[in-house]
Amino acid sequence: MSVEATRVPAGRAAREPDPTAEELEGQKTARRAKRNTTIGWWVLTVIVAVWCLFPVASILATSFKVPGDLSNGQFLPTTPSTVNYEEILVGDSRQLFLTALWNSIGISVIATAIAVVLATLCAYAIARLDFPGKKVVLTVSLMVSMFPVISLVTPLFNMWRTLGLYDTWPGLIIPYLSLTLPISIWTLTAFFQQIPWELEQAAQVDGATPLQAFRKAIVPLALPGVFTTAIIAFFIAWNDFVYGISLTSTEAARPVPAALAFFTGASQFESPTGAISAAAIIVTIPVVLLVMLFQKQIVAGLTSGAVKG
Amino acid sequence: MSAVPTNVPAVDPVDPADPHRGSAPPGGSRGRRKAPTSERAKAEARLGWWLAGPAFVIMVAVIFYPVAQAVWDSLFSYRLTAPADREFIGLRNYATILTDGVFWSALGVTALITVVTVFVELILGFILAMIMHKAIKSTRGLVRTVILVPYGIITVVSAYSWYYMFSIDSGYVNNWLSWLPGFSDELNWFAQGGTSLVVIMFSEIWKTTPFISLLLLAGLAQVPDDLSEAAAVDGANWWQRLSRVVLPNMKAAIMVAVLFRALDAFRVFDSIFIMTNGAYGTEVLSLLAYRTSIGRLEIGLGSAISVVLFLCVALIAFVAIKVFNVDLAGSKGGRK
Repeated sequence: MSVEATRVPAGRAAREPDPTAEELEGQKTARRAKRNTTIGWWVLTVIVAVWCLFPVASILATSFKVPGDLSNGQFLPTTPSTVNYEEILVGDSRQLFLTALWNSIGISVIATAIAVVLATLCAYAIARLDFPGKKVVLTVSLMVSMFPVISLVTPLFNMWRTLGLYDTWPGLIIPYLSLTLPISIWTLTAFFQQIPWELEQAAQVDGATPLQAFRKAIVPLALPGVFTTAIIAFFIAWNDFVYGISLTSTEAARPVPAALAFFTGASQFESPTGAISAAAIIVTIPVVLLVMLFQKQIVAGLTSGAVKG
Repeated sequence: MSAVPTNVPAVDPVDPADPHRGSAPPGGSRGRRKAPTSERAKAEARLGWWLAGPAFVIMVAVIFYPVAQAVWDSLFSYRLTAPADREFIGLRNYATILTDGVFWSALGVTALITVVTVFVELILGFILAMIMHKAIKSTRGLVRTVILVPYGIITVVSAYSWYYMFSIDSGYVNNWLSWLPGFSDELNWFAQGGTSLVVIMFSEIWKTTPFISLLLLAGLAQVPDDLSEAAAVDGANWWQRLSRVVLPNMKAAIMVAVLFRALDAFRVFDSIFIMTNGAYGTEVLSLLAYRTSIGRLEIGLGSAISVVLFLCVALIAFVAIKVFNVDLAGSKGGRK
């Protein structure tokens, strides 16, 4: 598809039957058109990149401003300084930030892992087996994914206080499953429906044991889907703010997005802008890394899980 | 957690996929199409529920139980600060909400944000989807990577970034815009509702357009290229091809994208909490529910707002699915 745009003029030129001056002219035009298309695409790409990365660059620039420099009215810091990073990594806010970071990582990873394991089994059943209620499972997971989280917060807040789950890791992991499970089920079902399960039979015909057939023929095909689903689910858990801010009260379980809202400046009169910016950049690093490394898989996962069959 | 172990025995019998193997004739498709014996069908159904059950039970438990609890709580006058005064008051909490201007204002702001952001995102998202779809090889990876950055970034981070950009203390946008009439260094974007909402919507649009554009990209990929090419051969210009060939063929994807984004936009919370915390008429339903329950510990009233919010979302979904025929099952996964 990508070549199509560039190929069209060339094709038109090639349609001329004999190698005349006209055709040479045509080739030249084609080459020029191709170069113009390439330049056009790069211009478009740069525009898109600026739009998509500008807010990240903005908060990155802010994170290098010293407190007195914040009001300089410029995008860039006057003299870049790492004072904000020192503040949250080794300074006074260290306790607040690093604990929150640990909570965020732990809770998101556990919620993702549980969701992916359960969703793998569930999606396998939906894609592969015939059982009554298949549709119900998919419909319920769709309903859950449409559900307004805030509607769960009030009852959970009350229940968790009674059950002793308020302000604990499990107290967040359980509601996080309502975020990570539905998307995992949908994405994995879509992935699994594309797997040619006949391969497994073929492997058995060739003499593999059932377990071998599954391991050698199916697992390599299924793993990328499971992995991609895990990334998407992790993004969603990592992003949570509503549960994080409502179901925690101390550093015991408060994840980073919620903790950012509780940052205070080094002194009462100092704004926490720099420290928040630095913390925001640190929690954005894993996102950017995952996106850079697995762009293809994430796009495939989101598009197949969403609309393609 | 506890649901995982119950599942372990069922994991191993990956083999009970056995029925297919047994009944599938060479070259034939899956065994289940072949009307398996009832014994096998039963075994398959049982295995199906063993595998799908844990996920299903957790989803039901995590959502439906609290919702039932919220509906129940909403019928009481119940404050955590005075639990002894808990008293059944029927639907009076709902009457309180529906006669309160704060609720209607929050509903209005929520609806405004939903309509504006979804509309802008649909157009912007379509342009991005087109760019991702058509991009030449050398830029394709790059363009997709940068579009995924806002998708993956934390909403709160996006909110802070846009907030600091515009804030009168640490911002520089006023400086950049000062040559335009009506903008000055003195403009405090977060001192009145209108300008606050503009920045809030910028943050929301920036953060969530990639999601909608990926859904649209999936729709675009389903439009056969030859259709468009045939139209081009017949002399259709790009606008005709877009409006007569491409868009009608991806209508399902567009509807799904709009529905999903609308439901998502309706729950907007993070950006507003960070930027204005609901000040200057920027209160939305989610924030109202949060502040009533968690802030003021009025569980009864907060539950009632939660239920109303939930009903609004259900209504939007219902209208979309019944009236506009958004075919979620057909366009999602159920194709095969």
